[in-house]
Amino acid sequence: MKKFTVVFAAAVMAVSLAACGAEEESVQAPETEVEAQVEDGAEADVQDADADADADADADADADAAEDSDVVVMSYAEFVAADVDTEVVVETYVQDKQGWWENEGVGMATFYTQDKDGAYFLYNMPCSQEDYDAMVPGTKIRVTGFKSEWSGEVEIIDATYEILDGDTYVADATDLTDKIADAEALADYMNQYVSFTGLTVAEREGGAFTYGWDGSKAQGDDLYINLEDADGNVYTFVVESYLRGADTEVYQTVEAFNVGDTVDITGFMYWYEGPQVHVTIATVK
Amino acid sequence: MTMLLGGCHGSSGRAGFEMPESFDENTVYEIDFWAKNDTNKTQVEIYQKCVEDFEALYPNIHVNLKLYTDYSAIYNDVITNIATDTTPNVCITYPDHIATYMTGDGKIVMLDDIINDPRYGLGGSELRFDGPAADEIVPKFLEELELNGNLMGLPFMRSSEALYINKTYVEAMGYEIPDIPTWDWVWEVSEAAMEKNPDGTFAVNGQDVMIPFIYKSTDNMLITMLRQYGGGYSDEAGSILIFNETTGSILKEIASHGQTRAFSTFKISSYPGNFMNAGQCILAVDSTAGATWMGSHAPLSDIHDTKKVEFETVVRPVPQYDTSDIQMISQGPSICIFNKDDPQEVLASWLFAQFLLTNEMQERYSETEGYVPVTLKAQNDPAYLEYLSLGGTDNGLHYQVKIDCVKMVIDNTENTFITPVFNGSTSLRNAAGQMVENCVKTVRRSGTVDDEYLEQMYSDVSQMYRLGELKADNSISRDLGPLPVTAKVLLAAIVFTWICMGAYVLKEYLLKKKTK
Repeated sequence: MKKFTVVFAAAVMAVSLAACGAEEESVQAPETEVEAQVEDGAEADVQDADADADADADADADADAAEDSDVVVMSYAEFVAADVDTEVVVETYVQDKQGWWENEGVGMATFYTQDKDGAYFLYNMPCSQEDYDAMVPGTKIRVTGFKSEWSGEVEIIDATYEILDGDTYVADATDLTDKIADAEALADYMNQYVSFTGLTVAEREGGAFTYGWDGSKAQGDDLYINLEDADGNVYTFVVESYLRGADTEVYQTVEAFNVGDTVDITGFMYWYEGPQVHVTIATVK
Repeated sequence: MTMLLGGCHGSSGRAGFEMPESFDENTVYEIDFWAKNDTNKTQVEIYQKCVEDFEALYPNIHVNLKLYTDYSAIYNDVITNIATDTTPNVCITYPDHIATYMTGDGKIVMLDDIINDPRYGLGGSELRFDGPAADEIVPKFLEELELNGNLMGLPFMRSSEALYINKTYVEAMGYEIPDIPTWDWVWEVSEAAMEKNPDGTFAVNGQDVMIPFIYKSTDNMLITMLRQYGGGYSDEAGSILIFNETTGSILKEIASHGQTRAFSTFKISSYPGNFMNAGQCILAVDSTAGATWMGSHAPLSDIHDTKKVEFETVVRPVPQYDTSDIQMISQGPSICIFNKDDPQEVLASWLFAQFLLTNEMQERYSETEGYVPVTLKAQNDPAYLEYLSLGGTDNGLHYQVKIDCVKMVIDNTENTFITPVFNGSTSLRNAAGQMVENCVKTVRRSGTVDDEYLEQMYSDVSQMYRLGELKADNSISRDLGPLPVTAKVLLAAIVFTWICMGAYVLKEYLLKKKTK
């Protein structure tokens, strides 16, 4: 009786524990899915991206010469001439980048890139965190994607990239102060690193800036400012928070603007239904 | 063994909220309210006024307002904060999102019993404001927050989608605008608007740009078309049904008009209102909560005045397959209350949540956009009825397009639908939109959308959004039903074991006693 009871009890315990384990896994499944979406996705994705990168590197090593001969890299003029929705291949240099983030487990970031002839805006290009960190200003990359236009902004979307060894290039800002009133002329500099001097801070929604275009957002979101030229024309500039967040010097400098200040602005010639510079440097004179 | 079995039970969730006897007015409570606005400063001001008014009534409750302009940003922040138990007390959200928040026991306050509490429930005797009674909330909207027999939140505002039509251009093309447009009509007009002049400009507007039909939310587009057509999407148990023949035929039809450039999407081109107000789009589906951006004289606009053209805008229900069975999606913000250790803090949250349903809050917020109040109390308030009657008297508060949208949604409340809510329904919704975007992009890039393409896309999208990982039994707090036979056998065996052990101990005891 004693032996039977002990053996039977042990068997029941083992079965119970196994059953509990199975049940727990089942009950927790939804939570695991949530965590997977929010957290594990990043890791898995980086691993995928790393694996992809390794595979790419191996493939590159095996077939560098063949690939180089197959790839037809466009000049900037050819890119400009290409129709929207056509596939484009360009070699360009990273100038700046917005924050890295994940969408459904896929890491991505938006890059401002430029060569000596013109600039390319790479919108939400999938990349690993590691590659994102490696793509510092000046890094040369080959980008394959599709030319697109969104509210006037010409960009490359659904892009893939390859980091290239060799030379680096960081563009100097082009002063466009004398062209500020000519949107058509500014469009020729779309996405390039540009500067404007001697502009006056104009009122916007009763202040010198707004969080969001109408002030409906909060600190940490995009900062919008109105700047006036010598002829009294007013233009909208933006401190894009994904490019320069609330802890950056430019963000805090703009938050300290007063209506009537004279300022110099440097940034990227972004477009949204017209020129709308993404500001990276602001100086109060 | 008892401890082991107890440990197997496993949940470390918080106990459900129980209503205190009375609200503690001597302790200061801080509650965090995460609110969403439509990038609309007036809505922000209304929230701020609401907080001020509430704090005046309840001086020991301080509401910390955090502003968002994006539901997904709130969702991401809540998910992040669930892990650290630092969720807000109250937030504006979608029902889909609440379902995901509910994956942990006791994280969300279920409102079934609370709303009927005679003192602090809806219309309760101890409230310091004139809130709606439970039966004064539009039943259809309240039902949308029910999951497995539990009420997981309250509706805050409701909207739907509308078809905004450039009446001037459409009639100039020789078409009459039906009361209820069909998909066939929309596609026909869209293709006709692609006609060009000899100089290459479009005949309808004389410009170089014309995208006749733009749909803002492509997830809504596919969901609505499937609903109207009777095609599968998902069911209450969370089964994924979207990959079916009807979906394929709908996607092929959409793609065919994407190929001719008669149709595009927000993600591919831009906001429908920007194109419409410039005379470069004649049919646009967007939320009724975006009505103030639509039309020549829209109060809000992102395009320069010099780009705007003059035309008359009319509002219709979204295109239908069967005009005798109108189906349009119900959307809009809901209110979710998070559980906390202190029931008094939760009660403070509940009081504030109810305050969002007062007439003043409902009417003022509704008037900012094409939103419909969720209470019959507000909808039938004489002041609100007067507001609706003044549509078109100005291009601000009484902007005609906005008020037409509100009337359309009120008139079609019984024709609205929601999709089943379950953990993962957000991913499925995103996947639906992604498929439309993919198909349109593909044909714009000279690709082909055929059966082979669709099969591959279904696989890719399913993998990307992890739809294959969604189990049939993934709804939340489900009634698990009677115990299975194996479990009953197991429990019986455990009881039998204890009896045997007891019998053995008793036998030993008796033997020892007898020996002595």
